[in-house]
Formats: sequence, structure tokens, C-alpha cells
Amino acid sequence: MSQSASKVYGLIAEFDNPAATMRAAERLRDEGFQRWDVFSPYPVHGMDQAMGLKNSKVGWFSFLGGVTGYTTGMLMIWWMNAVDYPIVVGGKPFFSPFSAFPPSYELTILFGAFGTLFGMLFLNRLPRLHHPLLKHRRFALASHDRFFIVIETADPKYQPETTRQLLESLGSTRVEPVEE
Amino acid sequence: MQAAAKVDVPAPPPELVRAPLVANQRPLGWISDAVARISEIKTPTWWWLAFGISFTMMLVCFAMIVYLMSTGVGVWGLGHPVMWGWAIVNFVWWIGIGHAGTLISAILFLLRQRWRTAVNRAAEAMTIFAVMCAGIFPVIHIGRIWLAWWLFPIPNANNIWPQFRSPLMWDVFAVSTYFTVSVLFWYMGLIPDLAVYRDRARTRIRKFFYGLFALGWTGSNRHWSNYEKAYLILAGLSTPLVLSVHSIVSLDFAVSQLPGWHTTIFPPYFVAGAIFSGFGMVLTLLIPIRKLCGLEDIITVRHVDLMCKVTLATGSIVGYAYGMEVFIAWYSGNPYERFAFWNRAFGPYWWAYWIMIACNVVLPQLFWFRKVRQNLIWVWVLSVLVNVGMWFERFVIVVTTLAREFLPANWGFYTPTWVDICTYLGTFGLFFTFFLLFMRFLPVIAIAEVKGVTPQADPHHPLGGAREGGHHG
Repeated sequence: MSQSASKVYGLIAEFDNPAATMRAAERLRDEGFQRWDVFSPYPVHGMDQAMGLKNSKVGWFSFLGGVTGYTTGMLMIWWMNAVDYPIVVGGKPFFSPFSAFPPSYELTILFGAFGTLFGMLFLNRLPRLHHPLLKHRRFALASHDRFFIVIETADPKYQPETTRQLLESLGSTRVEPVEE
Repeated sequence: MQAAAKVDVPAPPPELVRAPLVANQRPLGWISDAVARISEIKTPTWWWLAFGISFTMMLVCFAMIVYLMSTGVGVWGLGHPVMWGWAIVNFVWWIGIGHAGTLISAILFLLRQRWRTAVNRAAEAMTIFAVMCAGIFPVIHIGRIWLAWWLFPIPNANNIWPQFRSPLMWDVFAVSTYFTVSVLFWYMGLIPDLAVYRDRARTRIRKFFYGLFALGWTGSNRHWSNYEKAYLILAGLSTPLVLSVHSIVSLDFAVSQLPGWHTTIFPPYFVAGAIFSGFGMVLTLLIPIRKLCGLEDIITVRHVDLMCKVTLATGSIVGYAYGMEVFIAWYSGNPYERFAFWNRAFGPYWWAYWIMIACNVVLPQLFWFRKVRQNLIWVWVLSVLVNVGMWFERFVIVVTTLAREFLPANWGFYTPTWVDICTYLGTFGLFFTFFLLFMRFLPVIAIAEVKGVTPQADPHHPLGGAREGGHHG
């Protein structure tokens, strides 16, 4: 044991199949834990419901991006071709929403895509290059072929002994503490 | 909790059982190992050879561009009346190839085709590099290349803005958006796989770079939840994008008045043709790669079979479009329209037309036969011919129309120069240089996605640990 009081981030339970992980997650959700998470090499189908997660908010960022893109396109074209330096093309009106549509449509998609990706990263608080779990010795298997459930000590329902016993009873292959 | 009443479901007959997406019941860990192995082993000789050749060809391409810029557009074969020659043919060809990547990533995702997971990463990379090659041509073909900045929405030398009614301007937005969104989608897909590489990294440099670009991905389900939503939205955005980009490229031609160009069939016809040529290129790339990199259990014969079917479908649409163009030209009674199509088949470029028909209409029909679809050598040869045929299609569209327009006094003949040819071949060098680097350093297959479609990954499947009577209780 190390001399300094290394704080414990949480308890990590390892599983080797997705069904056991999901059963465990449902149990933890029903027990009322808040600061916990499941880690898997791929998104497990049904895990969101098992954890009691609400629908993701990424869509709002995409929508905001898309609306910004469309407005930017239309305004830009209107201002450039009809206001600042009007150009006569084939006797047609200076601004037409139809001919302005394709570039605006492309900008909708472009800004929407930026909103989506950066919204997702923002909601996930990424990039986060330093995390107690990334230092944990077996955690590299989370991207390989194992599943983990981590309950943080900061969770209001966390109790050092009972939570450990609960995790051990849920079908995990091992339960260990994660250092901060 | 009550288990649901057990229902006896008879097993399907053997001929209806689908081949599994990952052959030989490989476990999840094997998938990471098989894909990551390509970047972890000592670089194979074939890679060095291919890279050497590609890099040289890429340098040739750059040399040709420098020669063009310093000497003038006369080094090409362009001239009155064929003002658009190989450069624009190559531009449309490369962009078309890129479309399969987005189709596989986005459209097949929306259609819930789980087999796409074995091919989407390589196809998306192919798209990005193909669009890079394509983007060179509009810039260098304009004659006064140093004025290419006039294409962007900034005031030009006389404070005049670009004119947005032109599809050539729409192209700037379409192609830039297509490139950017393809990169964003590709990168987002890479994040979990870069985490795999980070977690396996043996050297500090690898750990640093893979770790940096993996952004600290932990595989947290809360993160996966947002990730999956973002992936779905990007797929939903990319679908209208890919449909619009090639439509806009086709409008470069369709808004003109030339017979053979001025036709409303162009947008859907070009999009179908793009997907057709793109799948040809995906097959051309992946059939050797699966062998060279030991990925036969992930990119299975079933995947090749399915891609052949898509190729057949889109090739048939293209064939139908050819027939419709000819029919409408005749039905219209317009003498110029009728002549334009007669000229394609029997005029000075008749050989290009018949190569196009053979490669795009006739040969892909061989994919109706299972023996052909599952014989990988045949498929590879046909996939190369698909791209040859699609190149000739763009050549026929661009050059024959321009060579024989309304006034006979305006008629001419176009031959490419060695500079045209070397520039085009050089773009293959650019494409393969980047593709080889991609293969060496990045996961060629979407590891996390392939894991997700195996039965071992399914919590409701016995192999994923599900117990009898459902996963509750």
C-alpha cells in the first residue's frame, strides 16, 4: 500500500459479456445510483435504457448549426449579388431564392455537421486526455473485448463495503478500486 | 420479473441462413488484433514498393502542374471548340468515385445494412482522397490559376463579388462542403478506433499521437449515447449532401444550351453513375487489401457479393439513363438533339462510346450470376472495367458534345497531350500515396462498428450471454 493517502476515484467491476453488463446496469439504475457509467468497446444495444439515460441532446446543436448555415448562405448571396455590387445576369432579378438555394443548402449541411461533431464533443466533455480510468491497469481492455461498470465514490449512494458487495454479486469477474 | 412465454420458433431452412458478417465466429478481441496488426507489424515489402511507385507518380503530377502554371494552358490539348477536355473529365470521374464512400457510410447506415461496417472506413478514406484528387482539376484548368481566389466569396480585384447563379460557383460550395463533411464523418468514426490503437500502443510516440487524436475516449456509454446520435445525424446530413454534390456537378453541364448537355436527366443520372463508379473503386481496392492484410474473415465473400449487387443496380440505372437519353432525343424531334446522340455512337469518337456501353451496360450484367459475384478475380476485373467505362462516359459527355455543337463551322477534334495524360496518371499517385499511408497508420476497418454487429456483441443473443427466456431475470 502507498504511503500517501491516494484518493479512490471509484470502484470498477469487469464483465466479459454484454448481457451480464446490461443486467448489472439495470440493477444499478434501479438502486438509484447517479455517478456511474458503463464502458464498452462498442455501443451495446439497449444499454441506454438499462442505464436510464435520456435522449441525447446533440440534435439541438446540429439544428442550430443548420439554421445558421442556411441563413448565412441566403444573406451572403443576397447582400453580395443584390446590394453591395448588383450583377445583372441574363436580365434576371438581382436575388432569387431558387438560385441562392444550392449554396445555402450546402452551407446548411456544412454548419450542421460542425454543430453535430462539436456538439457531441462538448456534451461528452471531450477532449479529456487525463482521466483516472485511463491510468487503471486493466482499463485498456475496455476498448478490446471487456465491459466495465464504474461507480464513483462521489455518488451519494456510495458506501465502501455495501457497494463493493453489490458489484461483486452482479456477475462481474473482478471488482477493484480505481485510484484518482 | 416474469419471463415471456416461450414461443417455439422453427429454425430457418439452410438456404435462407445468412452467412455471418464476421466469419469463423471470431471473438471480439480477434477483430482488434486482426485490424491493428497491419500497423503493428514491420512494414511489408509490397507496401514499400507500392508507396515508392505512388510517391513518384505524385511527384510527376506536381511537376506537370508546375509546367502547366509556368507555361500556360496550351500545354494541354484544349482549344476551340473543346474547351473542356481531360481536366474536367477527370474532375467528374474522381468526384464520382468519392460518392460510394458516403453512400456506404451514410445511406447504408440509414438503411440499417450492417454489412457496411467492414467496408465503410476504407470507403470513407477513399472518398476523402478521391475528392482531393478531383479538387485539383477545377483549380488548374482555369488558365489564370493565380486568380483562382476569385472563386471564393470574397471581393475580387475590382471589388466585385462572385456570381451565385452559376453552378460553377455552386460547385465551390458543394465540393468544399463534401470534402469537409467527409473528413468530419471519417474522423468521428475514427475516435473509438484511435482509442483502440492508443490502448495497444507500445511506443511513446504512438501512444502520444493516437492518444491525442482519440481525445481521451474511454468507451463510456454516456459518451456512446451522444456519439450514436451524432453519427445518425451526420449520416442524415451526408445523404442529401452526396445526392446534391453530384447533382450540382451535373448542372455544370445541364444549365448550358448544348444538345447532349441540356437535359434534366443529368442530376439523377450522374448520381447513379457516381455511386456505380465508386463501388467499382471500393471493390478494386478492397479485394487485394483483404488478401494482403489477412482480413478475409471481416471483409467476407458475402460483403463482396452485396457490393456487386449494388454495382449491378446502379449500373442498370445508368444503362437505363443512356437508353432514355437516346429515346428522348429521337422523340423530341429536335434535329440537333438527334444528331448529338447519333454522333456519339457513329461520329469521330464512336470508339469511346462503345467502350462505355460495353463496360457500363453490358459487362456489369454478369453480376446477375452468383458464380461471377463470388469469384473474386472476376469481380476485380469487372470493377476495374466499371471505372474505365465511367471515365469514358464522362469523356463522351464532355468531348463529343463540345466537338460537334450547333454550327458546323465550330466543329473540331480534341486530342490530349502527354501533359494531360501524365497529370491524370499522377493523380493516381496522389491517391495511392495517401491511401497507403492511411492503411499503414490508421485502422482500415471500423473496429468498434464491426464488433457491434457480431452475435457475441448482442446482449440478447446466447453468444452475448443472454439466458433462456430473454435477458430480464
